[in-house]
Amino acid sequence: MSTRRDFIKISALGTAGVAVAGSALSLFDRSGLFAADDSTQASLKAVKRYPTYCEVCFWKCAGWTYTDAEGRIQKIIGNEDDPLCNGRLCPRGTGGIGMYYDPDRLKTPLIRVTRNGKQQFAEATWGEALDLVASRMKEIAEKYGPESMALFNHGSPGSHLGHMLKAFGSSNITAPSYAQCRGPREVGFVATFGAAVGSPEPTDIRNTKCLVLIGSHIGENMHNGQVQEMSDAIDNGAAIITVDPRFSTAASKSKYWLPIKPATDMALLLAWIHVLVYDDLYDKDYIRQYAFGFDQLKEHVKNMTPEWAYGITTIKPDVIRKTAWEMAKASPAVIVHPGRHVTWYGDDTQRSRAIAILNALLGSWGRRGGFYYKESASVPKYPYPPYPKPKWNWKDMMKDKYKFAALSVSNDFVEASTASYQGDHKIHGWLVAGTNLPLTMPGMPALKEAFDSLDFIAVVDTMPMEITGYADVILPECTYLERYDDLRKSPSREPTIALRMPAAKPKYDSKPAWWIAKKLGERLGLGEYFNYEDYSEVLDWQLKKIGTSLEEMQKKGVMNLERKYGPLYLAKGEDVKFNTNTGKIELYATDFAAEGFDPIPVYTKHEEPEKGYYRLIYGRTPPHTFSRTANNPNLTDLQKENHLWVNPKVAKLWDLRPGDKVWLKNQDDVVSEFPIKVRVTERIRWDSIYMVHGFGHSDKKLSRAYGKGASDSHLITNIKIDPLMGGTGMRSNFVTFLKEDPGKEVRS
Amino acid sequence: MREELIISGRMNPGIDPYLSLWHWPIPVYLFLGGLAAGILFFASLYTILDREKEMPAAVKWSTFTVPAILSIGLFALFYDLKHQLYFWQLYTTIRLESPMSWGAWVLMLITPLSFLWAGSYLQEAIPSWKWKFKIVQEILDWTARNRKTLSYFIMSLAVILGIYTGILLSAFNARPLWNTSILGPLFLVSGLSTGAATIMWISKSHLERRIMSKIDLMLIIVELFLITHMIMGFLAGSQVQIEAAQLFLGGPFTVSFWVFVIFLGMVFPAILEILELTGFKIPVAVPAILILFGGLVFRFIMVEAGQITRYLY
Amino acid sequence: MRYAMAIDTKKCVGCSDCVVACQTENNVPIGYCRDWITETVDGSYPNVELELRSERCNHCDNAPCVRCCPTGASHVVEGGIVLVTPEECIGCGACIQSCPYDARYSHPEGYVDKCTFCDHLVKRGQEPACVAVCPTKCMYFGDLDDPDSDVSVSLKNRKFKALAPEAGTEPQIFYLM
Ligand SMILES: Nc1nc2c(c(=O)[nH]1)N[C@H]1C(S)=C(S)[C@@H](COP(=O)(O)OP(=O)(O)OC[C@H]3O[C@@H](n4cnc5c(=O)[nH]c(N)nc54)[C@H](O)[C@@H]3O)O[C@H]1N2
Ligand SMILES: Nc1nc2c(c(=O)[nH]1)N[C@H]1C(S)=C(S)[C@@H](COP(=O)(O)OP(=O)(O)OC[C@H]3O[C@@H](n4cnc5c(=O)[nH]c(N)nc54)[C@H](O)[C@@H]3O)O[C@H]1N2
Ligand code: SF4
Ligand code: SF4
Ligand code: SF4
Ligand code: SF4
Ligand code: SF4
Ligand SMILES: [Mo]
Repeated sequence: MSTRRDFIKISALGTAGVAVAGSALSLFDRSGLFAADDSTQASLKAVKRYPTYCEVCFWKCAGWTYTDAEGRIQKIIGNEDDPLCNGRLCPRGTGGIGMYYDPDRLKTPLIRVTRNGKQQFAEATWGEALDLVASRMKEIAEKYGPESMALFNHGSPGSHLGHMLKAFGSSNITAPSYAQCRGPREVGFVATFGAAVGSPEPTDIRNTKCLVLIGSHIGENMHNGQVQEMSDAIDNGAAIITVDPRFSTAASKSKYWLPIKPATDMALLLAWIHVLVYDDLYDKDYIRQYAFGFDQLKEHVKNMTPEWAYGITTIKPDVIRKTAWEMAKASPAVIVHPGRHVTWYGDDTQRSRAIAILNALLGSWGRRGGFYYKESASVPKYPYPPYPKPKWNWKDMMKDKYKFAALSVSNDFVEASTASYQGDHKIHGWLVAGTNLPLTMPGMPALKEAFDSLDFIAVVDTMPMEITGYADVILPECTYLERYDDLRKSPSREPTIALRMPAAKPKYDSKPAWWIAKKLGERLGLGEYFNYEDYSEVLDWQLKKIGTSLEEMQKKGVMNLERKYGPLYLAKGEDVKFNTNTGKIELYATDFAAEGFDPIPVYTKHEEPEKGYYRLIYGRTPPHTFSRTANNPNLTDLQKENHLWVNPKVAKLWDLRPGDKVWLKNQDDVVSEFPIKVRVTERIRWDSIYMVHGFGHSDKKLSRAYGKGASDSHLITNIKIDPLMGGTGMRSNFVTFLKEDPGKEVRS
Repeated sequence: MREELIISGRMNPGIDPYLSLWHWPIPVYLFLGGLAAGILFFASLYTILDREKEMPAAVKWSTFTVPAILSIGLFALFYDLKHQLYFWQLYTTIRLESPMSWGAWVLMLITPLSFLWAGSYLQEAIPSWKWKFKIVQEILDWTARNRKTLSYFIMSLAVILGIYTGILLSAFNARPLWNTSILGPLFLVSGLSTGAATIMWISKSHLERRIMSKIDLMLIIVELFLITHMIMGFLAGSQVQIEAAQLFLGGPFTVSFWVFVIFLGMVFPAILEILELTGFKIPVAVPAILILFGGLVFRFIMVEAGQITRYLY
Repeated sequence: MRYAMAIDTKKCVGCSDCVVACQTENNVPIGYCRDWITETVDGSYPNVELELRSERCNHCDNAPCVRCCPTGASHVVEGGIVLVTPEECIGCGACIQSCPYDARYSHPEGYVDKCTFCDHLVKRGQEPACVAVCPTKCMYFGDLDDPDSDVSVSLKNRKFKALAPEAGTEPQIFYLM
């Protein structure tokens, strides 16, 4: 089959960059090991450190990049002043150094060419590559209007390219962090408290007396501040209640582990609400003062008893009661954690609503040991002319498909980019920066159709990830250790800013995203939006506006500011208005009711695996982030592939032994591209199998990651769309084992 | 079900998934050390007993092999070092607690002595031989004159060397299979047995062959007794030692151990020797080679299998 | 002075941060490590127990690796820290064979390497890299002879165990349970 845009697996033409390969290893043959004491002192003096904040995940911990006497990056250590990491990075942050040293990095701009009838990438200069991107963008703008250019982004490069795209005339910008991640949670919490949870989550875990984790696997999910605070909570003797079909690491540290039947959490949540309400355990003053719709809620959950939930969840009624009492005992210092990656079964906004309601009943929102009022630093924007007003944006594109989508839904962008799309507002060109769509977005067929239909795709990435295989132009960004980026202004208990600056010159011919955006902007005639030579000028201007300077921040890395908007917690009986229609915490969601959705969550039964099939569930492993670290030399050294967790009973049935390689076939007969090694473990239920997301890379240029383990994304073809906000539920996929290599044809 | 995993992907070559640090040079070295010890033991023994005439192969001819055996052994040891440029550090200190250290020193002493011993008999073997340097001749003459006194010295060193080849392993209580005090005597006896076999093989005198054959038979019986004792000891020991013994009792080393070491390396040659002693004509090379081969395989198995056994915790 | 470490298995999440931090701090070549994580799962679903442990050289009081070293390259310094001097090590492997914990490895340059308790940092009054990085703050390092040190205090208040005590090496890494 010939497609317009073949996925290019073969290596690039030309040989530039070969000389620098292998540098990851040379890092370690420093002879400092034999150094006598005084020369150690001398080399200590030559050690320099540069502030940064981590880009290996989106917690954005601030740290210091250390270079040795030769100016080589040696290690990254957390910044003590940073409230997000308290001087301790997570394994991925510590191993972030491997992103810099990875010899497989993208080294030069690459342009798709056809030679001898074969599509290949040819090395190009930045001038050639940027000229090409600019001219294709102009073509698209002339033909269909600038709005037809869209940006898929995740992480730091997004804001630079987003700025360029908005100046160009399009606000069609999207990220997987909404429809594939925390969108439903934000909608559920907005509907309840009038406020989103946001990132980092304002959960006061270190002061809590009871932490309830619904599938949220903190400890494997290494979002740093939460892991640290969960550990503090353990020290403080807090009761942890974990609801997970898998014996997660958090479950092993819990007072109660509820090994729930997957896809039935809603029933458990409703039963908990039932117990809190009918056993009179809820925070009465809080509810009376702040809540709306308690009576409707009470009526709604009348029959949703623990006994009812037992039949659905397999969690015993007395356990449901005991755990509800445990939460009530701790109230209001209790957190029913909203989770983060919540796009599970399509009713995720409603499940998040149920969680929000539980928190309301326990009075934990705005309370010590519950949810605090976060605050972020405000830094003025560097001056530039106003953006042109686009004729249409993503809201018009999907009309009123998802009433509650506050941010753009990435899947809509994909749909609007396909030839078969019937809408008025079509997308014709993509910029992709910092997101590996083939492993990130479920629904590869739609994605492939988009790749075939689009006029133009440019990808800004650091690694030859799968997404680059579909690009017309690849623009190699340098890693976060080699560049300036925007100031980090993450909300926290106190407003805080952090600086990222280069610790070394960009390796190879890679460039920072701000530079790429600026150079593209200039080619598009948008120079006035990029009124600086170096991004450090922007930062210095901003920092001076808030009373510091680039110079000072280069020494400090992090600056913590005074809170401006009141204390962390509600005062007793404090009069507050919530940002909802009723001004109250809405146990009954008036917004939902108005649009014909359930104002109070209901339990719906989800699909179940047929005989011989097992529910595919996935999650995180501490030393990796999604697909982005699967080739990182330091982190693959810790874990180089994912394993398939199989219950011993299932293993016996299928005669699977630890280490056996199997292929997986899902309900739609999609077969995993690579085999995965079996781990026989009591940590997983007999009706499910588990694997870590982010492995099974198919791009051969990833020398360490290629073919290691299997990709969950590949097997997720049954997508349960959340009708409220478009989230893509990914856990209704069922797989069976193939013990023989099914052969290439089947797998494609 | 119990599951024990290393989850940080520890892949230290030579250590994981199980220890496989020592390869062929170490068993070869242990075998050659034992063999040299055996030959020198009998050479010095019969010198002390004033039986040079009856036992020419034991006292003279077989010792010509020893300098070569020890040199190859030492080379194997050196070859196995991973930081070879620093090997001289071995001789900057004597560490009595370290078998590796006193083994190195014993070899340091016994190797030159073996050269002297063999050298001093060279003219007997090749009457036309003339040393180029006078000093050499003088030293060798001195050796010949003091042979008796030297014999006491060499015999003690030979015993130490023989025991050392076993203690080198048994000192490692981290490897349950090695961690038995029987290994020292066992390797000594096994070394003596290979030495006796070599002498027997080289000897042209019927009487000498008979004597060595008898001695060897005795040594094999002692060896079998010690091995039984060792296995019984393991089985009565801790879990890790029981598991160690299991390597030979159904585990991966069962066939090589029982077939090559016990049967072909001990029982069968013993039978042949008995037959020979009772008058059957059996080419002496056959039991001798079997014993040598058995001794070598024994050391390979002990080194290999021992590295698999480890503490479980 | 007697340096030791106590590691709280109730808090450790097995994240391997201590392993990467050690590698970058001590230039441990990729493919090797001085510390590692073990996972032990017991029971059967849903009655399961899990123990995660960060392991490394135990800086044994009765260290067989030091005893069997023929050159003295393996030695004990102030505070009971067991070290290897690369220029004295001949790479014979005796110490590797003698360690019940498999805590040592043969460095690609030939000498034997292992955890140093980050003596270069400790000398400067800092914590070992693995202790300093641990996101769960589950490792305590310090002087057992000082009753107020982090280790001493944690051992006073908690049940603990050491690994393979039957090997007789008197290990100095303790696991709080
Ligand atoms: N099947 C499945 N799908 C999922 C999930 C799942 O668990 N299972 N999780 C979902 C969730 S919660 C999320 S948040 C998303 C995450 O989705 P993504 O953010 O797309 O995740 P990654 O796979 O890490 O892809 C990151 C890409 O950014 C590149 N990159 C890394 N650093 C830089 C940089 O500094 N500059 C540039 N330009 N590029 C960089 C990497 O090389 C890689 O190509 O995935 C979602 N999709
Ligand atoms: N190490 C590491 N940490 C990360 C990331 C990473 O890539 N690597 N990514 C970060 C990001 S962006 C996100 S969004 C978060 C995601 O982290 P979380 O929000 O904690 O993760 P989830 O994907 O919701 O949950 C995975 C867990 O859900 C369980 N589970 C599966 N099905 C069900 C079910 O039906 N019911 C219940 N109750 N549980 C179920 C699985 O067994 C697994 O333990 O992690 C963040 N932290
Ligand atoms: S949690 Fe880890 S990966 Fe994420 S930003 Fe912090 S250190 Fe980096
Ligand atoms: S860093 Fe801490 S929590 Fe992580 S594995 Fe090591 S000891 Fe455990
Ligand atoms: S743990 Fe091993 S290497 Fe460390 S002191 Fe003990 S025996 Fe020696
Ligand atoms: S390998 Fe080095 S440190 Fe170990 S015993 Fe031999 S000389 Fe000593
Ligand atoms: S104390 Fe230092 S050398 Fe030892 S494991 Fe920790 S970081 Fe590595
Ligand atoms: Mo996410």
